[in-house]
Amino acid sequence: MPEIEVKGKKLRLDEDGFLQDWEEWDEEVAEALAKDTRFGQPIELTEEHWKIIKFLREYFIKYGVAPPIRMLVKWCKQNVRPDCDLKYIYKLFPQGPAKDACRIAGLPKPTGCV
Amino acid sequence: MSEVPEELKIKQKFPNWYDWIEPIKQEDIKPGFASYIALPKQVNSEFFKMPFGDVERDVFSEDWKLPENWKEILLDAFKETLEKNRAFKVFMDICVRCGACADKCHYYIGTGDPKNMPVMRAETIRTVYRYYFTKAGRIFGKWAGARPLDENVIKEWYYYLFQCSLCRRCSLFCPYGIDTAEVAWWGRRMLSRIGLNQRFMCISIEASSRTGNHLGLYAGGMAGSIEQGLSELKDITGFELHTYINKPGADVLFVAPSADYFATPHWYVMLGYLLLFNELEERYGITVTWSTYASEGGNFGTFHSYEAAQLLNSKIYKEAERLGVKFIIGGECGHMWRDKHQFINTMNNLPKNPEWKKFWDDPDLGQLSDKLKGINLGEFISGEHGWIHVLELVAALIRHKKIDIDPSRNDHWVATYHDPCNVARGMGMLEEPRYVLRNVMNKFYDMPEHCIREKTYCCGAGGGILAEELMELRMRGVMPRMMALRYVVKKFGVNIMLTPCAIDKAQFPVAVEYWKIPVEIGGPMEMVGNALVLTSFGEKPEDRKYDLRGTPIRGEE
Repeated sequence: MPEIEVKGKKLRLDEDGFLQDWEEWDEEVAEALAKDTRFGQPIELTEEHWKIIKFLREYFIKYGVAPPIRMLVKWCKQNVRPDCDLKYIYKLFPQGPAKDACRIAGLPKPTGCV
Repeated sequence: MSEVPEELKIKQKFPNWYDWIEPIKQEDIKPGFASYIALPKQVNSEFFKMPFGDVERDVFSEDWKLPENWKEILLDAFKETLEKNRAFKVFMDICVRCGACADKCHYYIGTGDPKNMPVMRAETIRTVYRYYFTKAGRIFGKWAGARPLDENVIKEWYYYLFQCSLCRRCSLFCPYGIDTAEVAWWGRRMLSRIGLNQRFMCISIEASSRTGNHLGLYAGGMAGSIEQGLSELKDITGFELHTYINKPGADVLFVAPSADYFATPHWYVMLGYLLLFNELEERYGITVTWSTYASEGGNFGTFHSYEAAQLLNSKIYKEAERLGVKFIIGGECGHMWRDKHQFINTMNNLPKNPEWKKFWDDPDLGQLSDKLKGINLGEFISGEHGWIHVLELVAALIRHKKIDIDPSRNDHWVATYHDPCNVARGMGMLEEPRYVLRNVMNKFYDMPEHCIREKTYCCGAGGGILAEELMELRMRGVMPRMMALRYVVKKFGVNIMLTPCAIDKAQFPVAVEYWKIPVEIGGPMEMVGNALVLTSFGEKPEDRKYDLRGTPIRGEE
């Protein structure tokens, strides 16, 4: 399985580039995951990216799962920019919130019947 | 429909019998068709432990890290399965390979891979059975269609048993009634004994045994989500609605798939439930509670092994007993109903709570409210063992004129109905959803006869196949259903396909985008919610201006 090296430490990923252990995550890991080219386009993290990533993580730690997309869009409208919609989130994270944003935020892929 | 999907080639192969008995090799295992193997954190956690689950395995590497004495363990499990399950033993012996099932499988139609024919899928196991458990196979080997176990055979089992959605369309057409899904199911269980578990379903099973639902959502997240639903309903209807969570002494426990309060388009179905329950409480005094412990109706254990099914299945009855409810309403979920219909009364003890027991023996709604006398849930297929499907309940309420309906509120929708395999074929709920839809909307059209009701095509993602890495298999498997849908879209101008199954609602939006069919996906309860007039709150039929999606009804802005 793939690995990623951050600060001399090797972190285990799964086949799609998600961190196997979400507790190993910190901001430098996020930078490294965003720059990684093995699992999609590399992403330059801006302030807007960071806002979303931090929201995802906070929600995950509180409720055990990444937030539903409709909730994320609603939150972004209030906190990122008023004209933010799903399209804009896809602009920030080309492979979508479930794939790119969750991967960079170190969260496991959302599963179940969703 | 000018857009066409990218071309998808179906390569058909016709091997002779000498070739098919050869197992596949590692290089035949292709991405897009092979499921990832579960990671230790899923199958070696304190909530869900599987034998040899502590090793990380990669489905695309040559070495699958099987335990040393895997042959012994597997054959022991095989023997045990044969001894314990007469059906499995019979299915091993009686197949005459007539091929009636071959073109009934949506995965075979979509992939053209001969080993995806149901007969061949089961044959991967039968060949091993013949070698180790029949004399002819032992003596004549290949000439009797038998083969010994080796690692490639195991790889073949894993690859093909997890390309089956256990939908059982094949068994419907089998002249002997062989249930290939059951063969595949026991095959999956045998694989789980030597450490090979499919990842997608194990993530869900582990999360469900840890938190109560497949998403791994904690109680606060669930409650917050339902609250958000109530506030959305206030915008739509103008009424302050409410609901209960974990309320002891409520009349009814409501169990829905967790996706209903999380994902879209499942979400609109949840709004429909909430409207119905509020009307029932206001009008008949029936209190309905959600539970954060039994916060999932579905059961991915049903696709994994008998033990995992039992592990997840028990929580619903435990919770019903704890809260002291009289009966359980089940939401729009697929495998929950197969699970409930076929296992729940043998996997759990009978209820001790006298109220529940009374209702269990005589499921007459008159026990809850005098005004509902005469509605007997025992008339319905799901109305046994203290349960009722929400759509059958709605059918009963409409039939007895106990709720007010304004079908014209759904006039902007032209709908068709997809039967989920577990609800239609697995349980037998065929007419009630159609009865409900014909009553709550004016424009409802069925798809062609050979692909609805008990002959329904699978959505291509059931049975634990809803994984991201299986996208190519999913899009190929859904092809027959999409062709039927395209037919009704062209003929009747259908613009929404309704289905009471959470997996379907997750699979179809991706599928219609891939196959370029311009329809929305939803659930029947969404249409019920649109059409339901909240008479007890003082609502008039013409009061509602927006449907549950927020689009204006009657084209008003």
